[in-house]
Amino acid sequence: MPKISMRQAINDALHLEMERDPRVIVLGEDVSGGAGGTSGEREAAGGVFGLTKGLLPRFGEDRVIDTPISESCIVGAANGAALTGLRPVAEIMFADFVGVCMDQLLNQAAKFRYMFGGKARTPLVIRMTCGGGMNAAAQHSQTIYPILTSIPGLKVVIPSNAYDAKGLLLTAIRDDDPVIFFEHKSLYMDECEVPDGDYTIPFGEAAMVREGEHVTVVALARMVPLAIGVVDKLAAEGITCDLIDPRTTSPLDEESILESVRATGRLVVVDESPPRCSVAADIAAMAAEKAFHHLKAPIIQVTAPHTPVPFARELEAAYLPSPEKIEAAIRKVLSGR
Amino acid sequence: MQISREQMLRAYRQMVTIREFEERIHVDIQRGGIAGFTHLYAGQEAVAVGVCEHLTDTDTIISTHRGHGHCIAKGCDVIGMMKEIYGRQDGLCKGKGGSMHIADLDRGMLGANGIVGGGPPIAVGAAISAKVLKTGGVAVSFSGDGASNQGTVFEAMNMAVVLKVPKIFVFENNGYSEHTGFSYAVGSKDIVRRTEGFGMPVFKADGYDFFSVYEAMRQATELSRQGGGPCAIYAECTRFFGHFEGDPQLYRAKDEVARLRAENDSLKIFRQRVTEANLLPGGDLDQVEGEVRDLIDRAVREAVAAPAPTAADVLTDVYISY
Repeated sequence: MPKISMRQAINDALHLEMERDPRVIVLGEDVSGGAGGTSGEREAAGGVFGLTKGLLPRFGEDRVIDTPISESCIVGAANGAALTGLRPVAEIMFADFVGVCMDQLLNQAAKFRYMFGGKARTPLVIRMTCGGGMNAAAQHSQTIYPILTSIPGLKVVIPSNAYDAKGLLLTAIRDDDPVIFFEHKSLYMDECEVPDGDYTIPFGEAAMVREGEHVTVVALARMVPLAIGVVDKLAAEGITCDLIDPRTTSPLDEESILESVRATGRLVVVDESPPRCSVAADIAAMAAEKAFHHLKAPIIQVTAPHTPVPFARELEAAYLPSPEKIEAAIRKVLSGR
Repeated sequence: MQISREQMLRAYRQMVTIREFEERIHVDIQRGGIAGFTHLYAGQEAVAVGVCEHLTDTDTIISTHRGHGHCIAKGCDVIGMMKEIYGRQDGLCKGKGGSMHIADLDRGMLGANGIVGGGPPIAVGAAISAKVLKTGGVAVSFSGDGASNQGTVFEAMNMAVVLKVPKIFVFENNGYSEHTGFSYAVGSKDIVRRTEGFGMPVFKADGYDFFSVYEAMRQATELSRQGGGPCAIYAECTRFFGHFEGDPQLYRAKDEVARLRAENDSLKIFRQRVTEANLLPGGDLDQVEGEVRDLIDRAVREAVAAPAPTAADVLTDVYISY
């Protein structure tokens, strides 16, 4: 099986699904780029990280729509297109820009089906780049999935590798509900084996990345490869962990996490979002509520601090959860009580 | 203007239905039968009906918090609407939406919308669908003078022009953004020129005169259906009630509504116009009014008697699958 990057895997999924289903359209800022430029080069970008490269020449301007910089109207138009028969895949260039268009997610896409008494179908995917690690500072680095996970009516997907990204994106585009698809920018060039053809990964089904006995580690997105390194290192010492990647935070595979926690009695949750009202806090609360009597030590959350994402290399490195912090948390939870 | 006798009677029936619907809700709210926030459209009937009489189920509209008139004009079932406003289980939206969220997707009615300025971006998407799927349809958004100041509406106008989609922006200037006057809140005091500045033609209409709106919309649909891209309709009108039911309307001169009801009532203007020109006999209009009153009576009777939703209904219709 060929090894390809997460960027390539997502690009492949978009090609596959646009080929298969003529109702799929892609829209966003610079998804092609070049329109109105002086070079005459029409596909001058293919997305700011190249995720949508090749779509315009293959599928044309009706289905690959370069929009003005208008996040509210990008998501709004995707909402309207989804309500009226298309299956739009819109791109918000950086997840942080959700701040501009929150109404169209919070009050519109998420609510149509419920407000309209179950009659609306909104088969919509909003892709957005998230996460730190590139010194992109406070307005281009956030992992704002906790905010969107808290909204009933949205589904939220956060892949940690190329294989999952492709299978989950194909599921997302075929899903009849609005799906927010987060892509961690520091994972775009990470490679793994990915099948050429069509496959899907169901939502609400966590990946058991490593299996062990002593500690349950739950990690998301870029925290998964970091946690793999730590868990494999500790395994050499005889400390073995279940490493669980939920892959989707809404729906959340509660049962896989609880089953593991009941077996190990020790839980470390790793997420690069700030700690308050976070996915980490959500998972910790669930375990405390539903597996309390199985816990042998207090749950530990490894998160970013309650600050904006800083710019300087040293500051960002101090902000992000690191392998050292993850390792320290696992050792601490093992020593607890 | 090409409009048949049947079309005129139908338009009058729609306008009277909106008026009677709203007048009845105004009374019933005070009796305590209806929960929540309600914004009445009475006074603006000529706009909704003049626009929607050019549309079919293939065309889409998106409305505002003041949406009852647009829903009725687009063909939503009046009894289902009344049940929805009464919060009933068999209301148009199962009692989950209420006055501000009535939708009927089968009729191309993409919803009233509680967010001022929320609709136009969505209608741009519906216009993209019409273009990509080659339905021949147009997408229409209704916005008030208040919404015309929202950035989302500016974004939608620009994007519609850039993408050259069949999108018609209808601006209904009823004089007030909630409790604040148009002359204060619209900085340029000129929605038409501002809209033209986005690069689209604007067809002006008299919002009290069905025939004027109908003619403007004829030109608008002709342009947009033939691939001419977006355009707009601008109509000045008034609302006979407050921003919401219960609004004491302290911002309006004491005699303003009475004067408007006497001089600027779109139903009276329609009647005068068609009877004086011998287009329709007054008796036909009387008959329509009687039938509509019966329909509204029946709608209220059925809504009052309809079953309420149950606690179990809270949990359904969030997702298609989860």
